[in-house]
Amino acid sequence: MNFDLSEDHIMMRDFGREFAAKRLFDIAEEMDAKEYMPDEVIEEAKELGFFGLLAPEEYGGEGIDTLSYALIIEELSKACAGFAIMISVHNSLVMKAIEYFGTDEQKKEYLPKLASGEIIGAYSLSEPGSGTDAGSLKCQAIAEGDHYVFNGTKSWVTSAQRAGIIIVFALTDPEKGPKGISAIIVPAGTEGMSLGAPEKKMGLKCSDTREVSFIDAKVPKANLIGEENHGFKVALSLLDNGRIGVAAQALGIAESAFREAFNYSKERKQFGRPISEFQAIQFKLADMATQIDAAKLLVYRAAVLNDAEGLHSREISMAKLFATEMSNYVVDEAVQIHGGYGYVKEYPVERYFRDARVTEIYEGTSEAQRIVISRNLLKG
Amino acid sequence: MDFDIKYKDFRKEIRDYVEEKIAPHAAEVDREQFYSREIHQAVNDKGWWGSTVPKEYGGLGLSTVEYAIIVEEISRVCGSTGLTFAAHNSLGTFPIYAFGTEEQRKKYLPDGAKGSLIAFGLTEPEAGSDAGGTKSRAEKSNGSYILNGTKCWITSAETCDYAILTARTSDEGGVKGISSFILEKGMEGFSVGKKENKCGCRGSNTAYMHFDDLKVPESQRLGEEGMGFKQFMITLDGGRISIGAMALGLAQAALELALEYSESHIENGKPINRNQGIQFKLADMGTQVEAARLLIYKTAWMKDNKIPYTKYSAMCKLYASEVANFCTATAIQILGLDGISEDYPASRYFRDMKLCEIGEGTSEIQRIVIARELLKDLQK
Repeated sequence: MNFDLSEDHIMMRDFGREFAAKRLFDIAEEMDAKEYMPDEVIEEAKELGFFGLLAPEEYGGEGIDTLSYALIIEELSKACAGFAIMISVHNSLVMKAIEYFGTDEQKKEYLPKLASGEIIGAYSLSEPGSGTDAGSLKCQAIAEGDHYVFNGTKSWVTSAQRAGIIIVFALTDPEKGPKGISAIIVPAGTEGMSLGAPEKKMGLKCSDTREVSFIDAKVPKANLIGEENHGFKVALSLLDNGRIGVAAQALGIAESAFREAFNYSKERKQFGRPISEFQAIQFKLADMATQIDAAKLLVYRAAVLNDAEGLHSREISMAKLFATEMSNYVVDEAVQIHGGYGYVKEYPVERYFRDARVTEIYEGTSEAQRIVISRNLLKG
Repeated sequence: MDFDIKYKDFRKEIRDYVEEKIAPHAAEVDREQFYSREIHQAVNDKGWWGSTVPKEYGGLGLSTVEYAIIVEEISRVCGSTGLTFAAHNSLGTFPIYAFGTEEQRKKYLPDGAKGSLIAFGLTEPEAGSDAGGTKSRAEKSNGSYILNGTKCWITSAETCDYAILTARTSDEGGVKGISSFILEKGMEGFSVGKKENKCGCRGSNTAYMHFDDLKVPESQRLGEEGMGFKQFMITLDGGRISIGAMALGLAQAALELALEYSESHIENGKPINRNQGIQFKLADMGTQVEAARLLIYKTAWMKDNKIPYTKYSAMCKLYASEVANFCTATAIQILGLDGISEDYPASRYFRDMKLCEIGEGTSEIQRIVIARELLKDLQK
């Protein structure tokens, strides 16, 4: 048993840490306030390889392992969780979907472009009426000659506006319900596809999120990923990848919130002394730090097991559930320690508080994680 | 970093053994409140009383990780034995090895490794969390010490052959006036007082110890004069890992019981674990048990690798004992009225657990230690 990060992993962590420090920390507040992501930051991230983290080297990617990936997402999230989720969706959902299930032609065509960041990927499973019950979607992609014809509405699509391709899950056989779903690559600019207005979110405000609607939008059949009507399997097998990213994101947010609260408690004086000298504050800090370390171990273990053996849904769901609930607890206490100052935008904990909330919801709600975990436990 | 479970076989062997030799007595020692010689012998047959004693002194020389696994597995079947076992190893043999002279090591460790129990006397009626408030005295006179005082809450007070205890050798210097001594049963002036009638861990005896003009030669002093406080701070750092492991064993037992019961108990025509209300309890228990386990192993690994671990030992003890509280209480809830019946072990787990949140430093003390270490890190 060894709990040390290897030199390679430390290098990966520092790679993320350095970019976050140089390019994200100082502008994260402005990105949040203005709800945008500066092009030059994205361009630099492309050059450094952040869009190709999980793509195999043969397609121009970095081909890093899951632990390295988690470490990088954690570091990016310490500075800007909205930036991190763009990188996470692009890497762990879009590129992995094509790598695992795509045809050779699709891999050759899309992976190098995705890995270099020439095109950014989006991923679209949810619909207005289909969230946790992912098998209940209504958007259709009916075969007609060489094409699928899309009709319907998808929601909560991260990076929809910048995306060069969106992997859309739609019904190719509406009669069959969950067994009639397929995953299909929809290129940006497809006629009949339109983007909604950006969602007005409470957090991750610099990350673009929109509805995507289709009216008789035609996409070549060659864009089908995997087998027709087997899309639900594609979605399920990608869940674990996405969840590690979100768990690492929640961890990073919590670590920053803790750091801020910790430093603030040393500076803020009440009753003639720093508030860190009061036990009530010390105990908050002790609980926050303990929970962060426990979450970190769960997240890293999930990543390591995923690399070593794969198929560790239980451990991954545990990491996602625990890290995201921990994160919400920690950001809440961080605001509390700041008092009124935690409630205003002069201090970053206000943003961390808003950013952490969604981690308990997307990539499977905490309730969905508990279903996965208890099902696995009962299986024995 | 790896989370390689090369301890799978190691654990399995221990589990099979304790289930055969210790588990059958657990309910009885709890109900009748006695120290079982059969259990004692079963532990001795494996050489476990000397788990962490180096081989040159007749022990097994196991790593802290391996030792933690033994504590966990014993506690999973019998909290009482877990407590006796943890106290003997972490608080008895450890300080003699760590602070004793070569003569003291040779005299006591081989005996201790063969099952002569060594108790640890720190707490006094007016010195609990404030261990520096020790009032017992050791007056120097003609190359000997004369000890007077009372110690309470001494694990294995009745069944031990030896005891390490702290006493004040000087009124000067606050905690630096405290020294420790090795005593032997049968020394004149050394007596065991009232036995506590405890809520849990009833198969482990806890009693007062009295010293009335007890004369010991200087050679019985452990380490230098005035080092007693520092010694037991170091000793407790290690002891907390074992109390964490004990809590973990109880939490694991509660989880397994809840899983089995919820599968076999039928309400409304189906096993109760088909209800989400039960499933979510199980998911939370499983997740927290894993997080606690990782904190404990990490701390044990740090100790084995000589990495400072004071903060971590407080974290793993705090966290694991609170997880054990949650898991044992929730197991009772899942079992309903069967949970509070002696027909099932749930209530025993719950009663045994409570010691873990109090002994070797209350949860409040752990939080003070963690906060202090965190704030120290900030100074660096």
